[in-house]
Amino acid sequence: MYSSDIKELIKKVEARREYNTSYEPARMTAEQKEQLLATYHPDYRADQFELLKIGANKGEKVPHELAEMLQAHSRITADSVNLDDVAYDVDVLVIGGGGAGSSAAIEAKRAGANVMIVTKLRIGDANTVMAEGGIQGADKPNDSPAIHYIDAFGGGHFAAKPELLYKLVNEAPDAINWLNELGVEFDKAPDGTMITTHGGGTSRKRMHAAKDYTGSEIMRTLRDEVFNLQIPVVDFTAAIELILDENGKCAGAVLMNMETKELMVAKAKTVIIATGGAGRMHYQGFPTSNHYGATADGLVLGYRAGAKLLYADTLQYHPTGVAYPEQIFGALVTEKVRSIGAKLVNVNGEVFMHPLETRDVSAASIIRECSDRGNGVYTGSGYGVWLDTPMIERIHGEGTIMARIPAMHRMFNKYGIDIRYEPILVYPTLHYQNGGLDIGADCQTSNIENLFVAGEAVGGIHGRNRLMGNSLLDIIVFGRDAGRSAAEKAKNTDCCKLTLAHIAEFEAKIREAGIETDKVSPLLLPTYSHGNPKRS
Amino acid sequence: MEKLVNVYLFGKKYEVPSNLTIMTAMEYAGYQLVRGCGCRNGFCGACATIYRIKGQKELKVCLACQTQVENDMYVATLPFFPLVKQVYDIETIAHDQQVMMQLYPEIYACIGCNACTKSCTQELNVMQYIAAAQRGDFETCAELSFDCVMCGVCSSRCPAGISHPQVALLARRINGKYLAPKTSHLADRLVEIENGTYEELLQNLMQKPISEMKELYNNREIEK
Ligand SMILES: Cc1cc2nc3c(=O)[nH]c(=O)nc-3n(C[C@H](O)[C@H](O)[C@H](O)COP(=O)(O)OP(=O)(O)OC[C@H]3O[C@@H](n4cnc5c(N)ncnc54)[C@H](O)[C@@H]3O)c2cc1C
Ligand code: FES
Repeated sequence: MYSSDIKELIKKVEARREYNTSYEPARMTAEQKEQLLATYHPDYRADQFELLKIGANKGEKVPHELAEMLQAHSRITADSVNLDDVAYDVDVLVIGGGGAGSSAAIEAKRAGANVMIVTKLRIGDANTVMAEGGIQGADKPNDSPAIHYIDAFGGGHFAAKPELLYKLVNEAPDAINWLNELGVEFDKAPDGTMITTHGGGTSRKRMHAAKDYTGSEIMRTLRDEVFNLQIPVVDFTAAIELILDENGKCAGAVLMNMETKELMVAKAKTVIIATGGAGRMHYQGFPTSNHYGATADGLVLGYRAGAKLLYADTLQYHPTGVAYPEQIFGALVTEKVRSIGAKLVNVNGEVFMHPLETRDVSAASIIRECSDRGNGVYTGSGYGVWLDTPMIERIHGEGTIMARIPAMHRMFNKYGIDIRYEPILVYPTLHYQNGGLDIGADCQTSNIENLFVAGEAVGGIHGRNRLMGNSLLDIIVFGRDAGRSAAEKAKNTDCCKLTLAHIAEFEAKIREAGIETDKVSPLLLPTYSHGNPKRS
Repeated sequence: MEKLVNVYLFGKKYEVPSNLTIMTAMEYAGYQLVRGCGCRNGFCGACATIYRIKGQKELKVCLACQTQVENDMYVATLPFFPLVKQVYDIETIAHDQQVMMQLYPEIYACIGCNACTKSCTQELNVMQYIAAAQRGDFETCAELSFDCVMCGVCSSRCPAGISHPQVALLARRINGKYLAPKTSHLADRLVEIENGTYEELLQNLMQKPISEMKELYNNREIEK
C-alpha cells in the first residue's frame, strides 16, 4: 500500500495520464545517447573499476568486486582431493542447471553422449526461471535475421563478435521452433500467429512470450525433458575448481556438496560451463533482479584455469527494478510493461523519455532524472520514477494486464498495490552480465581445449549491452550447440592423467603480483544480514 | 527504529524487523540458506513454507520470499516435497484422456476436498485444473495451471496423493506441442533459412566496417 505522501504525488500522474498516453516522446539521437551514458551509466564510473594484475586478462579493467574474486585463493589445494578417487566419470559434464545447461544436456544426450548436470541449488533455481518478458526470433514476414543482426549489433555498441551474433540471429527461428516442439506454450493468435511485441532497441516486433512467465515456462519444460531423458542431475552440488589433464585440456571438475561440504571428483572428456550471471555480486552496491546463486562462479573457475574473459567490465542495469515497496526492492519489473504501453513519468507527471530506448540508455536516463535533474519521486528510502501501468489498459482495453502480465500484477498486489489502477515506482537494478568467457563459434573457449561455455557466462555474443529477449535466445542457441559440440568432441577424446597443478601456478602469480587477500573463490552464495546490528 | 515482531522459526523465537519477508527474517536471524531459496522472487517455488499465527486455528501456506512476517508467526519451511514425475516420450505420447489414466491414474481418486486449491501459493484453482485433466481437457488444464511455480504445497495437502504440478506440466506440454495452433510464418522462415535466403545478406553485414553498420543502425526504420 502506498503511504499518503506517495498517494498525493500520484495525483500528478493521474492528471496528465490522458495526455501522456497519446504523447509520442522523441527518441534520442546517437550523440545524445553517448553523452547520457558517459555521464550517468554505472559502467562509466572509473572509480568503480580496477585493472587485473594476473591472468589472461591482465591489465584489463573489471569491477572491484569481480577483481577480488578473480584474484582470490582457490577453496582447495591440490592435496585436498584424491584425483584417483573418481565419483563420476562421464563424457560431458555440464556445470549449472539453468536454461543453457539444460538445453546443452538435452542435445548432448540426443547426440549419444553420457552426460550429467551438476548444479549448485536445484535444477531450475536459476536466472532462466525468472525471465518474464520474452525471447526474440525473426520469424515474421516483415522481419529477417539480417534486421535482427543490425538491431542486436547496434544495441550492443557494435562490439559483438560477428560469428557469434550470426549464429544467434540465424538460428533464432529454429530455437523458437525447438522450444515449441518440446511443448513450450507461446502466446499465439487463434490462427497460430505468434503474438510478438517490441523490446527496448528492437526495430521489429519479434519478442515472443508465454505471458510474463516466459523463462519459467521454458525452464520447467526443459527440466521435464532432462528428467524424461533420464540425464543424471546432481543438485546442491557446486563446481569449485576445474580439473585439467597433463596437456592442459579440460578434463573434469572438483565438486562440493553445498550441505555437507564433501568434495568429489567428476571426470569428463569435455566440460560445459553454464553457470549464468553475477547479480549477487552486487556491483557498486546495486540491488539485483537475479537468483540467489548468480555469483560469477563460471568466470572464476575458467579464469583460474587460464581461460580468457571478454567484456567483463560491462554489466546491464535493468532500468526498471522495483523501487517500492522495500520487500521486493530490486526485483524486476519486466520490460514488457513498457512494450505494451506503460511510459516512464517523473515526479511532475511528465514523460521524460521514449519508453523503449535500449536498457543502458533507459537506466542512465532514470539515474539522471533522480540525480542531477531532481525529478525523482522520494520512496521513503531512496528515489525512483513512475512507470504508469494504468496506461496499458487505456490503450489495449480492460483485462490486458491480467492476460499479458499476471506475474507483475501478483507481485505488487501482495503489497496492496493494484497496477491496473495505480502506477509503480522503479529504479535501475543489476540485471545481466554482458561479458564472460571468450568462446568461438563452436562454443569452446579460445584457449582451453575441451572447455565449452554457454549462456550468461559467455562474453561476446551481445557485445557491450544486450537487448531484451536475446538472452533467453542465446541460452537455447548456444546451449544446444555447446551440447552438440561437446558430445562430438568427447568422441575423439581419450582422457589421460588428471591434474590440479593450475591451482599452485595461480597461487604463485598471486604472490608474485603482491596481491594480499584472504578471500577464496568462487563465492557460491552471498551472505545477507539485512541490517542486523549483531551481524554486520 | 523499525518496529520489531516475534517470529518462531521451527519453534525457536527470534525478534526481527516487521518489514522483512519470512526469507529475509531467517537471514536476519543468522541462517545462511542453502535449501529453500532459489530465485528469491516468486518464480522457482523453492521456498514453500507453512505457518500458523499463535492462537489461530488456520494453517497457512506461502512462498517465504513473497510473504511479510507477522507477529507471533510460527514458521516451518518445506524445501522439498516428493512429487511423482512420470517419464514419457514427448515425441510419441498420445494426446487424449488415456495418457492421464496411464501416467497419473491417482487423479481419478480425487475426493473433491479442495485442499489443493485452498493451499495454492499462487491462488490457482488447482482442483479445477485436475478436473480438466481427468476429462482430458488439456487446454483448460494448461490455462488454469499456467502460473504454477511447482512448489508442491498442494500435493503435500492432498489425501489422494496427487502430484498436481506434474499433471499440469504434462497437460501444458501436450497442449503446447500438439493442440495449440501451428505457426505458419515460423515454418516458412525455417524453410527460407534452410535455403540460405539470408546467407549473403548476413555475411555481408558481418564484413561491413563499423562506420557503415552505424549508418545502418541509426537510420533503421522502426515498426510502429
Ligand atoms: C528477473 C530476470 C528477468 C529476465 N528476463 C529476461 C527476458 O525477458 N528475456 C531474456 O531474453 N532474458 C531475460 N533475462 C536474462 C536471462 O533469463 C538469463 O540471462 C538466462 O536465463 C541465463 O541462463 P543461464 O542458463 O546462462 O544461467 P542461469 O539460468 O542463471 O543458470 C545457471 C545455473 O548454474 C548454477 N550455478 C552457478 N554457479 C555454479 C557452480 N559453481 N556450480 C554448479 N552450478 C552453478 C546456478 O545455480 C544456476 O542454476 C532475465 C533475467 C532475470 C534475472
Ligand atoms: S525463492 Fe523462488 S519462489 Fe521463493
